[in-house]
Amino acid sequence: MTSSSPIDDHADVVLCADGPMLLRGKAVVQDEDGVRHRTTRPVTAVCRCGHSAIKPWCDGTHKLLRD
Amino acid sequence: MIAALLTTPDDQPRDFAASGGREDDALTLWVLHELHYRGFVGVDEHWEWQASTIGLRIELERDLEERLRARRPEPVVTGDLAVDLLRILADDQSPSLARHVQRRATREQTLQLLRQRSLYHLKEADPTSWVIPRLTGGPKAALLEIQFDEYGNGDPGRVHHRLFEAGIAASGLDGAYGAYVDEAVVEILEQNNVLSMLGLQRRLRGAALGHLAAFEGTSSLPSRQLAQGLRRLDFPEEMASYYDEHVEADAVHEQLALHDICVALVAAEPALYDDVLLGAWACTDLEARTAGALLDLWEVA
Repeated sequence: MTSSSPIDDHADVVLCADGPMLLRGKAVVQDEDGVRHRTTRPVTAVCRCGHSAIKPWCDGTHKLLRD
Repeated sequence: MIAALLTTPDDQPRDFAASGGREDDALTLWVLHELHYRGFVGVDEHWEWQASTIGLRIELERDLEERLRARRPEPVVTGDLAVDLLRILADDQSPSLARHVQRRATREQTLQLLRQRSLYHLKEADPTSWVIPRLTGGPKAALLEIQFDEYGNGDPGRVHHRLFEAGIAASGLDGAYGAYVDEAVVEILEQNNVLSMLGLQRRLRGAALGHLAAFEGTSSLPSRQLAQGLRRLDFPEEMASYYDEHVEADAVHEQLALHDICVALVAAEPALYDDVLLGAWACTDLEARTAGALLDLWEVA
């Protein structure tokens, strides 16, 4: 069973409201086609809206989808 | 003042006066700021901290700040900083240079834009680095995450200003630092001067970070348009990929700058709320003025 109580640790994964998922540190992300992508930055934004032109990474397209 | 910089500094009081002319003042302030960045060949490095040069810098910065504040509209304050800052970006309906480059700009216009932008992109992220020691805890750590990325994550070949330098050199332009200052329009000089002022003055740290959040928050989508325009005009891959890098990097930076830096900063220092909004508004205002000036020049407004 997972705990739902808040913790104070700095988050490694952050879900941004109406935005991407931020991923801290080195990680390998596997996309829908099974292709693996290695992160290269201290923090990486992973597309959550599904419309990025550079998936699996975020390119800000979600901002055009609002309203 | 520029002639005086070629002489040996002494501690004599000097009467460097602002000219009152907007273009001359902007160029003078740009030169004074550059003493704090890379300096100039042939200019004694002691000029950076002479009472005379600092005195003139403060006078010119005061005038620049007063003009900014005088034309700022009344901000909307809801108590939710992220909402208010994003509203400033959403309300900005000014014409976009990136959109023009994407669709219609000529090669000549695009080269001219790159030369104008070179004043900032060749020292990209540097003005904001001055803010680091004025922060603590969360905002400091988050700003460092952005700056480390701006500076190539430890790889000198990936430092953003080096990527820009490689891009414009491949495009047949001069990649030397400050090479195109003589043709910079006053709006570009003021855009650079405001960034340097916000970085250099601790009092304005909130505005520096509000500016950062607005800058990063209006970068990903325009960078994609610029990359598309550069490819439409057959610019070299080095130039287009500089903007590709910003599509991806700034999608991260905008989240960090808004939430982990600005919101966290104001939570710790509530008195900075309005300054953060001032900086964000200044970013959109200065870019709108630059876009207006260049589009007027090209008669495409």
